[in-house]
Amino acid sequence: MSNRVVNILVPVISVILGLLVGAIVMLVSGYDPILGYTALWNGIFGDAYAIGETIRQITPYLLAGLSVAFAFRTGLFNIGVEGQLLVGWFAASYVGIAFDLPMYIHLPFAIIAAALAGAAWAFIPGLLKAKLQVHEVIVTIMMNYIALHTTNALIKVVSDGGDNTGTINASASLKSAFFESITDYSRLHYGIFIALAMVLLMWFILEKTTTGYELKSVGFNKHASEYAGMNVNKNIILSMVIAGAFAGLAGAMEALGTFQYANVKGGFTGIGFDGIAVALLGANTPLGVIFGAVLFGSLKYGALNMPNEAGIPVEIVSIVIAIIIFFVACGYVIRYFLEKANKKKEAK
Amino acid sequence: MDYVIEMLGIRKEFGSFVANDNITLQLKKGEIHALLGENGAGKSTLMNVLFGLYQPEAGEIKVKGKTVKVTDPNVANDLGIGMVHQHFMLVENFTVTENIILGNELTKAGMVNIKDAAKKIQKLSEMYGLDVDPNAKIEDISVGMQQRVEILKTLYRGADILIFDEPTASLTPQEINELIQIMKRLIQEGKSIILITHKLKEIMDVSDRVTVIRKGEGIGTVITAETNPNELASLMVGRQVEFKTVKSEANPTDDTLVVKDLVVADYRGIDKVKGLNLTVRKGEILGIAGIDGNGQSELIEAITGLRKAKAGSVSINGKDITNKKPRKITEAGVGHIPQDRHKHGLVLDFSIGHNIALQTYYQKPISKSGIMNYKKVSELAQKVINDFDVRTQGEHTPARALSGGNQQKAIIGREVLRDPDLLIAALPTRGLDVGAIEFIHQRLIEQRDNGKAVLLLSFELDEVMNVSDRIAVIYDGQIVDTLLPKETSEQELGLLMAGQKKNSNIAKQGDTTHVE
Amino acid sequence: MTKRKFGLGLSLVLAAGTILGACGSKDEETTTPKDSEGTGSEGTTEAVDFSLAMVTDVGGVDDKSFNQSAWEGIEAFGKENGLEKGDGGYDYLQSTSDADYITNINNLVRRDFDVVYGIGFLMEEPIKTIAAQQKDAQLAIIDSIVDAPNVASVMFKEQEGSFLAGVAAALMSESKQIGFVGGMEIPVIERFEAGFLEGVKAVDPSIKVDVQYTGKFDDAALGKTTANRMYSSGVDIIFHAAGGTGNGVFAEAKERKTKDANANVWVIGVDSDQYEEGAVGDTNVTLTSMLKKVGTAVQNIAKDAMAGNFPGGTTVTYGLAEEGVGLADSRGAIPQDVLDQIDEFTKKIADGEIVVPETVE
Repeated sequence: MSNRVVNILVPVISVILGLLVGAIVMLVSGYDPILGYTALWNGIFGDAYAIGETIRQITPYLLAGLSVAFAFRTGLFNIGVEGQLLVGWFAASYVGIAFDLPMYIHLPFAIIAAALAGAAWAFIPGLLKAKLQVHEVIVTIMMNYIALHTTNALIKVVSDGGDNTGTINASASLKSAFFESITDYSRLHYGIFIALAMVLLMWFILEKTTTGYELKSVGFNKHASEYAGMNVNKNIILSMVIAGAFAGLAGAMEALGTFQYANVKGGFTGIGFDGIAVALLGANTPLGVIFGAVLFGSLKYGALNMPNEAGIPVEIVSIVIAIIIFFVACGYVIRYFLEKANKKKEAK
Repeated sequence: MDYVIEMLGIRKEFGSFVANDNITLQLKKGEIHALLGENGAGKSTLMNVLFGLYQPEAGEIKVKGKTVKVTDPNVANDLGIGMVHQHFMLVENFTVTENIILGNELTKAGMVNIKDAAKKIQKLSEMYGLDVDPNAKIEDISVGMQQRVEILKTLYRGADILIFDEPTASLTPQEINELIQIMKRLIQEGKSIILITHKLKEIMDVSDRVTVIRKGEGIGTVITAETNPNELASLMVGRQVEFKTVKSEANPTDDTLVVKDLVVADYRGIDKVKGLNLTVRKGEILGIAGIDGNGQSELIEAITGLRKAKAGSVSINGKDITNKKPRKITEAGVGHIPQDRHKHGLVLDFSIGHNIALQTYYQKPISKSGIMNYKKVSELAQKVINDFDVRTQGEHTPARALSGGNQQKAIIGREVLRDPDLLIAALPTRGLDVGAIEFIHQRLIEQRDNGKAVLLLSFELDEVMNVSDRIAVIYDGQIVDTLLPKETSEQELGLLMAGQKKNSNIAKQGDTTHVE
Repeated sequence: MTKRKFGLGLSLVLAAGTILGACGSKDEETTTPKDSEGTGSEGTTEAVDFSLAMVTDVGGVDDKSFNQSAWEGIEAFGKENGLEKGDGGYDYLQSTSDADYITNINNLVRRDFDVVYGIGFLMEEPIKTIAAQQKDAQLAIIDSIVDAPNVASVMFKEQEGSFLAGVAAALMSESKQIGFVGGMEIPVIERFEAGFLEGVKAVDPSIKVDVQYTGKFDDAALGKTTANRMYSSGVDIIFHAAGGTGNGVFAEAKERKTKDANANVWVIGVDSDQYEEGAVGDTNVTLTSMLKKVGTAVQNIAKDAMAGNFPGGTTVTYGLAEEGVGLADSRGAIPQDVLDQIDEFTKKIADGEIVVPETVE
């Protein structure tokens, strides 16, 4: 078996195994797995609406995944995507509501505001890490809580004690009448193009620029990088800031695309945390993040249809989805056994 | 003939790469059998086959005349084979006893019986003259002692065939002598030893027979008493090796590096370099001789900008570079082969190509307005690989996958191609085999011959004696004397290095570094 | 060895998969006819030709509070009219995140339920969106007002019921210290707080009310620690308006009661009658519950819709006068004289003699 075949086979086997074990779980709990998976399939690809919504769901995952992956390439663990996303969400909504500008100014303004907010939020852990060696995991986790409650408070201020900023002006909206018309009013918006452009941007930064070269070098070996004359601290901060900007953009997707407003939240959105899994599933590469986000987004969205169409309770659905992702993440185990089997064959 | 171990026609492949091909090694009872080969020749692979970590594709292993199949290390243990690894596998904050019984605990009613184990270890230690305190913590004992703990571990598990994997790599000369005594003692007590090494001196000192492998192939087995280092070296490398570095007279001209009254503290804030003066001129190699810990590392770090100097100055070609950023110093014309090539020299997870660009990535033609030109990187990498004989599958191979010698060659290639006025080589040949050492020495001399200044730091006296044009002896943070190699001896240097000042007045042409 | 075992395991799993797959398809064959019958938009059932469904917020259908009482209302209505759970009858979908509301509402609308309810203020925007897109759908929202011709909005005067809870608490408290545990600080919950504080003040202005917002509706652990702190500081009655978080308040009170049968700790439940929640052996820590008859409201809309009078575009507000809010049976925990006083206040509020403010002054 060539390497290429193995590379393709591993994810395929992983998904199949995940589906099988998920089927067993459904069967044991007294539900029909075929019906369940049909519902899952229909939930993802069933009709234009489902496809539109699935892509809509993938959009923020792409950006959250990029955020984690980018920081990771510089050896940083950005657990703060959630917080950066929330401040980005608020910033985009605020700009979307507070200003009345022509679209070609307003929309970019709102998007950039979100990216800047996320970047600023990530700058703090980056700075603390660089200057005081405070571990970024601790800081980013705590910054998540600060972000959650700060944005909640700000939303109240903006809405005069209400719980919702109100809908953004149409000039700042990513909504797409065209997408709505072809996907039967799904919330699919133009943000997907921004997300894909960012994937390209991450690839470009990492693979084509001296900045990317530095960031990777610092991520692999701080000492050698320092010796080679790179400013390690600058790179740590830069990496966090870029990662934060990606996360802020994920917030913009929600603010300007999916929801069109920011509302007071009782808890985290979960997108940021799923972003960690998306990045790791994708081995922290731009292309890998697409794979991870598509998998996560599709399963997450498609899963909603399982209670709807197959009557399987949300709890069981959650287990099944988790099992599928679990098996995909365990791909290296499967790779190991494939290689073993391979060797045995060769030995014979 | 009474062989305890016979490995016959062993072949081991990794994909398309043949690591071992038709290697035969026969160990007699009670002998020290050296396994000699360059780095990457396949010594470790062969031993891992014997130890059950790898399964051979062909060949046969016999232990005491019986064909066996070593499927995993436990089987090897049961057969009485024990391995003393190059990198010790010890738990730092456990005691010697705890480490030795780890995974093999003596239990009494489910409780680990440390006391009995400690007694048994004490007895073993005395029997073989190992002098190990069973109750000492690993983190508190010296490297040499830790190695003896590893030896005890194998003995405790009943090994009578011991494999030593590069045992002297991290030992001091004193500790090496002790190890040799221990090995001889083990033989007297009826053990048999396989010694993996590429150091010819040790082989001549301690072994009975030598099996040589080269690029994965078994070259043959010779009796130590009937051979000499030259023959062994050529067997190992496959050609004649020059031990005495051939070089013409130095032709030094202007001062390149001038270090004046330099004071540098270590990470704890204690002064390690104490008002040091040093000059390296164009067209000469200045060797710094000294015992580790006398301020050498701090000196080099201060010159290269990795550590701040507290006082004094450093200048290159008359330009002050004291406490400048590493990049400024690099740009001022300093090339550096760092002491720790894994930490400072290379980004191991980068490809060779990426590593070659490490110092110059931000400059034209490697990059232009922030965009990397990887084609140029490729060209440069190819040049280094070709000109400096870096043996690798290609520029895209991660640096991690290269042998130590090839990593070092890549670093030297990178630094030399930048054409620096001063090349600092800190322990450039540590851990390398003779072939690579020879190559690196020649490169340093070549730099000198091109009119560049070279500063060589080494802990090995014969290297300093062979390669340098002048030798500066460092002791307690100062240069205590500067000598010419042909006018001094290892004995004299040894005394100076140990702090015995002498009032010599050996002629030093244009020397400004003389202290007191 | 272990490898081989794993390999065996692997093949077993694969084999099991194929067998299960086969079973599954058989299952499908038997279920399909029922299913297709169900999806027929105007399914011919022996019962009434009417169907209804609801979407919960992230609290879930078993939150023992708001969502649950809505679902109980729907279930009761369905049974009354001989409907079955599923297409053409009654059903619910649970949401796991804010982004799910639209999808869930949409899914239900597409399954041709006659009325689809969005439970909770969080549904406001989603309902608004769907109402604009699906002009034929009949939608309803609880706790928020959506101005659309095909949406029926339901509001409650939580402050009125909470006022009574405040009166009860003030009269029953021995320590003269009372607690209020809120979920998120949003207008609905603030109405609870305002009414409650007003009720306490009406009885005894000197009583201190410890007001704590947990910021969450689904964190029982947080509710428990909050309650712990309150009881420890001398509070003897806690009124919670925190959904699932409030379950933690009950847990803390019950724990204290279990340890010490004489402990003077009480909880006032919210939304539905939470008496069951407070049972500790033979005793109970539930003083009473502030009922918010979401179930009744849901049923009323359903009845109107079934009769062809779907109250689209209107907002119905349920207060004490409409018996949409009130206190649950205390099962003897509150003595008659106190109940009498509460009744007096009830009358005054229903008559408009007392106007309970919506926000804390």
